[in-house]
Amino acid sequence: MSTSTEQPAAELAATTLLRFATAGSVDDGKSTLVGRLLHDSKSVLVDQLEAVEHASRSRGQEAPDLALLTDGLRAEREQGITIDVAYRYFATPRRRFILADTPGHVQYTRNMVTGASTAELAVVLVDARNGVVEQTRRHAAVAALLRVPHVVLAVNKMDLVEYRESVFASIAAEFTTYASELGVPEITAIPISALAGDNVVEPSANMDWYGGPTVLEHLETVPVSHDLTACHARFPVQYVIRPQTAEHPDYRGYAGQIAAGAFRVGEEITVLPSGRTTTIAGIDALGESVDIAWAPQSVTIRLADDIDISRGDLLAPVGDAPATSQDVEATVCHVADTPLAVGQRVLLKHTTRTVKAIVKEIPSRLTLDDLSQHPEPGQLVANDIGRVKVRTAEPLALDAYADSRRTGSFLLIDPADGTTLAAGMAGESFASAKAVAAVDATDTEEGWDF
Amino acid sequence: MTTVAHVHEATDSPFALSHLDSLESEAVHIFREVAGEFERPVILFSGGKDSIVMLHLALKAFAPAPVPFTLLHVDTGHNFPEVIEYRDRVVAEHGLRLHVASVQEYIDAGKLRERPDGTRNPLQTVPLTEAIQQHRFDAVFGGGRRDEEKARAKERVFSLRDEFSQWDPRRQRPELWQLYNGRHAAGEHVRVFPLSNWTELDVWQYIQRERIELPEIYFAHEREVFQRNGMWLTAGEWGGPKESETVVTRLIRYRTVGDMSCTGAVDSDATTLDAVITEIAASRLTERGATRADDKMSEAAMEDRKREGYF
Repeated sequence: MSTSTEQPAAELAATTLLRFATAGSVDDGKSTLVGRLLHDSKSVLVDQLEAVEHASRSRGQEAPDLALLTDGLRAEREQGITIDVAYRYFATPRRRFILADTPGHVQYTRNMVTGASTAELAVVLVDARNGVVEQTRRHAAVAALLRVPHVVLAVNKMDLVEYRESVFASIAAEFTTYASELGVPEITAIPISALAGDNVVEPSANMDWYGGPTVLEHLETVPVSHDLTACHARFPVQYVIRPQTAEHPDYRGYAGQIAAGAFRVGEEITVLPSGRTTTIAGIDALGESVDIAWAPQSVTIRLADDIDISRGDLLAPVGDAPATSQDVEATVCHVADTPLAVGQRVLLKHTTRTVKAIVKEIPSRLTLDDLSQHPEPGQLVANDIGRVKVRTAEPLALDAYADSRRTGSFLLIDPADGTTLAAGMAGESFASAKAVAAVDATDTEEGWDF
Repeated sequence: MTTVAHVHEATDSPFALSHLDSLESEAVHIFREVAGEFERPVILFSGGKDSIVMLHLALKAFAPAPVPFTLLHVDTGHNFPEVIEYRDRVVAEHGLRLHVASVQEYIDAGKLRERPDGTRNPLQTVPLTEAIQQHRFDAVFGGGRRDEEKARAKERVFSLRDEFSQWDPRRQRPELWQLYNGRHAAGEHVRVFPLSNWTELDVWQYIQRERIELPEIYFAHEREVFQRNGMWLTAGEWGGPKESETVVTRLIRYRTVGDMSCTGAVDSDATTLDAVITEIAASRLTERGATRADDKMSEAAMEDRKREGYF
């Protein structure tokens, strides 16, 4: 067993966790970038590297192909493509990372949407020789649609354009303008060569003109927590804990994961959809009593009054509760192989509540490449992004996705076999009205309410 | 161009969570989600560290009420006695109900045939699948982690299996946000992996933080071992050593606990949790590569076994 002294014991200290996603195609060098991040941050271990070297040699490649580190299934190895979201894990002394590695092919929009749904940061890759192409715009649109807070533009293959600053600057400017118009709140552009290792983990000696962070430095320092007291606090009840034992005859706790904001003992809350109010008597945070808890902690909340509350209910501060409604307007990404049609009966899963629903209208389908809209498509097929109006059998306490990713998102499910049909985001698609300036406006009241 | 001021974020900002707290909250959320949506969940419990951590998380998720799940152990018949002893003690301590599916019974009944190499891990699939069918379990918790192996990197937290327990990579549902879809047809079940996003080091750090007791074989001790396929195996009735294999006494410990025929020990003098964690953090070999013969079988071994119904 070989050991290395290169990994400092600091890795053992408590660190924060960053979930991020990559988007880009095989041709952009995404697998090489991911392989490079894993390799240069010393997250690749001896036996994995040996396997890669062996596989590279058997294919007649001289240098180990770092892309092979991340190819999972046999079908992918045979076809040289990535067919699904793969999750990778690595750590530095400063932070732990969970990477949702998503393929960038046009037919895999759903995978990108999936990866971006839990990401706090998205890395969009472009080839310095090609600049911003349709696919780049699609990746930016997915990040904007999913409200990923931080976007990194990695301009790759700088070695193939002689590391010229002018090439990087014009691509960065074009992308930043486009993504800002979509409402992406923060964009960082970094010139890299994943193959040569420039600015991925180590600063590049070939690009003195660039004064910013490497990709890894940026990943290590981007903020992952912010002031949650400014958010609307939301607590979907998952499970009611009632031991009814001799030791705890009267204990009744509402278990769940805080979806947004923070809750304090003594705070007055509303229970939705019933609208009853009470105060928080205690918060048990997995074994210890606390005065305050915040997202995304899993806790058990005890209330002052004995009111009827069950799984699927939502606790929110009095005076800051979402409206309940049976009419949902949302943007959806269709993720199933069977289409979604007007009139279809579905199940809608929102937080811990699943209700019957019917697709009332599909006002438009959106092309992500140029954000053009196609009114009344009648149905959505796999990888389509579209607007839908859904009527639910029971009222839902739904937030706008823009305000709360966790309580503004939902799934549409096929009641027949349980297939996940679509991923929905309530409210408006993009943060910026400019994003839909190119609307072929239909003179109806439905559709876009900008 | 947007320029961003880079401020190193202190983990002690008022609303920061440590990575272990984040992972713990996520796992607890998964356990509670299953309790809320399924009729007959079961936790696969082997007495190995991952299943021990799973049980610990389940205990925390429902406290002060008992865990609303039963346990299932697929016993290869070649388990380390220290681990079986630990298993039975933990079950008694928490008043849990344990089902055991025995590979040995299947072999004795002629339903399974011993492999030429004596390895029994691949034989677990049939008893596991039949136990799931027999008890009509609709959710089965496994301790699998996505960092363990390439095929697992694509595994869902809620992984749908048909009545034969088969895993079809193309039939897996996209998993978005924290919305897990557990709906399934009669006869199908869902495998649930609460530790999906944990790494080996996370598991060890959590064990240390929570002061969770483990079977003794995870710590350095002197043991009679012999070398086969580049691994130190424990001498025992399961089929080792052969005449050509020499038994030596070495100071070793186990990084994973499985079937004695294919779980290798590593040379170690780590007798405490702190020492074990320091050793792992410095280790340049992944857990499975160092100690599991069955994953070395072929580049696609795990993918094939998952398709057959293995975890």
